[in-house]
Amino acid sequence: MTSEAQHPVNLSALYQQVILDHYKKPRNKGAVEHAVLKKHLHNPTCGDDIEVQVELGEDGKISDVKWNGRGCSISMASASMMSVALKGKTLAEAQELMRSFYNMIQGEAGNFRPLGEIQALSGVSKFPVRIKCATLAWHCLEEGIKEYEGGSENG
Amino acid sequence: MALDVARIRQDFPILHQEMNGHPLVYLDNAATTQKPRQVIQALVEYYEGYNANVHRGIHTLAERATDAFEGARAKIARFIGSPSPNQVVFTRNGTEGLNMVAYGWLRLRLKPGDVIIASGMEHHSNLIPWQQAAAATGAEIKYIDLLPDGTLSQEHYDRLLSEGNVRFVALSGASNVLGTINPIKEMVAKAHQVGAKVAVDAVQVVPHMPVNVVDWDADWISAAGHKMLGPTGTGFLWGKLELLEEMEPTYFGGSMISEAHLSGAKWAECPAKFEAGTPNIADFIAFGAAVDYLSALGMENVYAHEKALTQYAWERLSAIPGVRLFGPRQPRAGLISFDVAGIHPHDMSAVLNAEGVAIRVGHHCAQPLMELLDVPATNRASFYIYNTQAEVDRLVDALLHAKEFFGYDV
Repeated sequence: MTSEAQHPVNLSALYQQVILDHYKKPRNKGAVEHAVLKKHLHNPTCGDDIEVQVELGEDGKISDVKWNGRGCSISMASASMMSVALKGKTLAEAQELMRSFYNMIQGEAGNFRPLGEIQALSGVSKFPVRIKCATLAWHCLEEGIKEYEGGSENG
Repeated sequence: MALDVARIRQDFPILHQEMNGHPLVYLDNAATTQKPRQVIQALVEYYEGYNANVHRGIHTLAERATDAFEGARAKIARFIGSPSPNQVVFTRNGTEGLNMVAYGWLRLRLKPGDVIIASGMEHHSNLIPWQQAAAATGAEIKYIDLLPDGTLSQEHYDRLLSEGNVRFVALSGASNVLGTINPIKEMVAKAHQVGAKVAVDAVQVVPHMPVNVVDWDADWISAAGHKMLGPTGTGFLWGKLELLEEMEPTYFGGSMISEAHLSGAKWAECPAKFEAGTPNIADFIAFGAAVDYLSALGMENVYAHEKALTQYAWERLSAIPGVRLFGPRQPRAGLISFDVAGIHPHDMSAVLNAEGVAIRVGHHCAQPLMELLDVPATNRASFYIYNTQAEVDRLVDALLHAKEFFGYDV
């Protein structure tokens, strides 16, 4: 019997192959050389723990993203996919992607094609308790950008 | 005498349902147990037959309600071997009783330099109230070392006691994560030798094995009704009478005074002085019905059933590659926490849930213990009177499917 047949309910909607692939072979784990923004967040209810670091090029675009952490497959795959998607984007574009991701994960209607493979996480919207797992890395990005922009304005 | 589990299961309507296309396997009993129809019926009978406030009306309904409510207190007192029902103070849950001790007794006595002893295996309910009491008074809190097998170092405990100024010891009867059963009687006696008082979080003990508070000789014990077939919103604090008399109430108002004047008030006798306001009448009466149910089964039999089931689960789970079990093999409470290599507990629970198996995953309100074990979270299966070996097999099958699903070969 295949795994699919074992789990008729909805597991395959939650755990698409691309998610399991990012979970087992996480991309961009580690630390960037010159982090301009860095944010560490923890989800106490499940123990998920993620730090995201972003490096900006001279053109203002994201030249590197790295992350570290531990947690469930949803949180780790989400961080991994986010790190891939952010490279080459401006911070404004990154925020736009983030808003699109939040909309998708809340189950709202919309065109999420710009999210690319991240759309595999859309099934999470049907599992309310897992939404926090999927959004943790993105919250790191969100708060990191806020702190960075607050810092630049003050400075 | 072995429990007649098939007959017991007939008393639990909730167990006879499908979950995600599979018969429900409920293995989250350390969080809360299911309720037999006898308990549910007690709620219905009260609301349909004699709903009235207690301890005040002169009419017949009020008398019936008061008799049933105080009858429940007497049942609980007998159940734990309390010399008197007046030593059983009704609370909302296990946490509330410990806070009542912290506010009504400990904080009023602690001085800078005094020492509280606790341990890293504690549930937050038996940790944060004491941390707060220490912070508020300048007292120090020391923790008994946890040994690799999940038991407390008795040597280290002895040393902490001998270092002096120990005013108070907080222990769990059994760990809600490790399943470790602590040698309460011995640890209480040692604390008393240095003049310290002891509070025991007995939430994971009272529902599962015979308990005699006189034999333990602890100064306070706290337990929860909803973890022993009773409704949520029920628990009790048992205390030695002289200590309950010394203790200040935590809440003030109706029902807890003997006389009140504009110039001040005097408190009622124990336990009324700790039970301000209209209590959770129906639920405590139903808690009494839960105690009747367990008493009829016999707590020796309950313990024997859980012990056999836990041993079976231990054997089956420990035979699976990549599965790590926490805590001592025996003696242990009827629960097993475990980790499966490469599969986060949240993912494990999602797969198990899809197969109708309910377990708890997370930090189990014991974050310091998760740090000591160096895991973000664990899986926990916890058993009760209605669970069977076939259900343990369902857990194991689902776990094997999860390994397959996440690509870890069996």
